[in-house]
This record gives sequence, C-alpha cells and structure tokens, in this order.
Amino acid sequence: MIYMQLFLSFLQIGLFSFGGGYAALPLIENQVITLHHWMTAPEFTDLITISQMTPGPIAVNSATFVGIRIAGIPGAVAATSGCVLPSCIIIFILAGLYLRYRNGCLLNGALTALRPAVVAMIASAGLSVLLTAFFRDSQKINLAGIQWEMVLIFIFCFVLLRKTKCSPVMVMLLAGAVKVLFSL
Amino acid sequence: MGEKRKILFQIFISTLYLSAFTFGGGYVIVTLMKKKFVDQYHWIEEKEMLDLIAIAESAPGAIAVNGAVVVGYKLAGAAGVVTAVVATILPPFVILSLISVFYDVFRENVLISQMLTGMQAGVGAVIASVTYDMAVGVVQEKRIFSIIIMGVSFAAASFFGVNVIYVILACLALGIFQTILNKGIHKNGHPTRMDERRAGL
Repeated sequence: MIYMQLFLSFLQIGLFSFGGGYAALPLIENQVITLHHWMTAPEFTDLITISQMTPGPIAVNSATFVGIRIAGIPGAVAATSGCVLPSCIIIFILAGLYLRYRNGCLLNGALTALRPAVVAMIASAGLSVLLTAFFRDSQKINLAGIQWEMVLIFIFCFVLLRKTKCSPVMVMLLAGAVKVLFSL
Repeated sequence: MGEKRKILFQIFISTLYLSAFTFGGGYVIVTLMKKKFVDQYHWIEEKEMLDLIAIAESAPGAIAVNGAVVVGYKLAGAAGVVTAVVATILPPFVILSLISVFYDVFRENVLISQMLTGMQAGVGAVIASVTYDMAVGVVQEKRIFSIIIMGVSFAAASFFGVNVIYVILACLALGIFQTILNKGIHKNGHPTRMDERRAGL
C-alpha cells in the first residue's frame, strides 16, 4: 500500500538523519530516487532548490512534495508524519534521560564518530547533485556529455560563496539568471 | 485548564510564526526559539534551554522539528509536543503542497525551466561550499580516526553504493564501542597501547 510505503520510507529518513539540514539529503536520495523511483535526479535537485528558497526543513519539504505527487494530500500527510514521528519519540526518551543524567557521555561519544560520516554522506549527495547538473545524462558520464556552461556557473557560484558575503539564495537566483542569459 | 489552553495557544502561534518566517535552516530556528522562549517570554531558563537545544541537535531528524518537540515537551508535555510539531510543519506543508501542484506547469515554461536548471549548478555550489567547511572542520580536529571515517564513508556511499543507513549505523556502533573502551581505560588509570597510539596521533 502506497501510504504505508511513504510513511515507512520517511520514517527511516527521520530516524537516521543525524545532524540536521543537509544530513537528510543522502537519505532522501536513497529512499526516494534509488529505492522507490518516486522522483528523478533532476526533480530531486529542483526540490533542494525549492527547499533552499522556502522556510521549513528539507526532510519535511520533501515529504510533502513527494507525498502529494505520489498519492495526493493523504500521501503528503502519511510521509510527513513518518518523517517527524521518530523525532517525537526519541526526544521524549532523550529528554527524560538527559534531565536525569545530564551528560549523555555515550551519546556524545557515538555522535563524535558519526559526524565525519555525516559530512561524507553530504559530500556524496552533493556529488550526485553536481553530476546531475553537469551531465546531460547522469547515467553516462563522459567528456562529451558535459554541459560546460553549467560547470562555469558552478565555479562562478562557488567563488561567490567563498569570497563574498552573498547569501546562498542570492547566489542560486543569480545562477538561474545566468543560465537564462546563456539560453537566449 | 484555561491556563493550559492559553499556553498551548501561545506555543502554537510562536512556533507557527518561527517556522513560516525562518529561512536558513534548523540552527537558525533553534537560536530564534531561544530568543523567544527564554529572552522574551521567560518561560524557560537559559541554561535549561541550552540543554534542550543540545538534545534537539543530537537527536536524529530535522532540527527545527526537534526544537519544537523539546520546547513543547518542556512547556506542556505531550499536548505541547503535538501542538508545537503541528505548528512547525504546517507552513512548509502548505507551501510545498502549492508548489507541487504548480511544479509541472513551471517546468514546462521554457524560461522558468532554464532558470531552475541553472539553479541546479547554484545548489551544487551551495552544497559544495557547506561540505567544504564541514570537512575542513573535521580535518582541523587532527584526529586520524575521524578523517579515516570520513574517507571510508565517502567511498562506501559514492563508489560502492552502500546504503547510507548502514554507514550511519556502523559509525554509531563504532562511536559507542570507542566511548566504552575509553571509559574502561580511564577507570583503570593505566594508559594502554591504544591510548598511547591515540596520543601519538
């Protein structure tokens, strides 16, 4: 049943995304693109773009977007509740424990080992976003398939982000505008 | 009862407002929550709020949602959690529902489609920049252990197609194992080979 599937998929995303924000990206990619084919890679990148420009966590945004496109409003409700349920339960338990034991040493230790892995996972999701952007067909990666203008836009944006204080949203809008100019 | 309803209403309105107008992700919203509930309403003490934020940031899930859960829990128990979470997910739910309806129309429009395509390169740059900062942070800690975890996890996810969840579970287990090991060492008071090796790193 599709509602159950949406619920369970986003439950896993909610349960395993440690570190907030971008940490959910690789999990969403894994569930939504690789396992269930609910979205294509370019659609997923669009979704990240939209999430950057609207308020709200990316996991909740994705749950709503994917849910509604796959199974309408009930689908969106199923996916979104799956995505927030683990937070509610785990924090209930953690808050209770924390108030009793204060320094959750074991948890801190576990998170120390997890942090570099989370960075690596985000990098890996970022890499697939870039491959989607750079190649006309991200399944076939070869020199002939590179869209050089996208590479140029990427470099331009990266430099802007590192060297100026432009906000990410500004940089993304600029990237869109430059592409429109290229296409004229 | 009337008092409790008033508190729930306040929680609902404040978290709804924060969720609808906070751009820039979980860490920003948690800071704003502290401003609102500690500095403005004085409902939570500063020190306690810092503990609650630590919980919100270390638990899995979206940080904005986690922040809403801890604040709701602290202020009004289970009813507070439900109220705060619903208020937090309502704005993105409505906005993304609208966008998903118009998405196909947008994508068919040539200009908007080009714009969105260009923005893919922009998003790639944003993620690359964020990842760069985080990776530099890990490298600067100068713990070989962390750097190895980072390298191995990246290879596993990117080149060997290992499911992200297994990588996370493995690292959690590794972290717990290491913490227990360390504790045992400190209790004995004798540095072991492991400890010396780590000091050497």
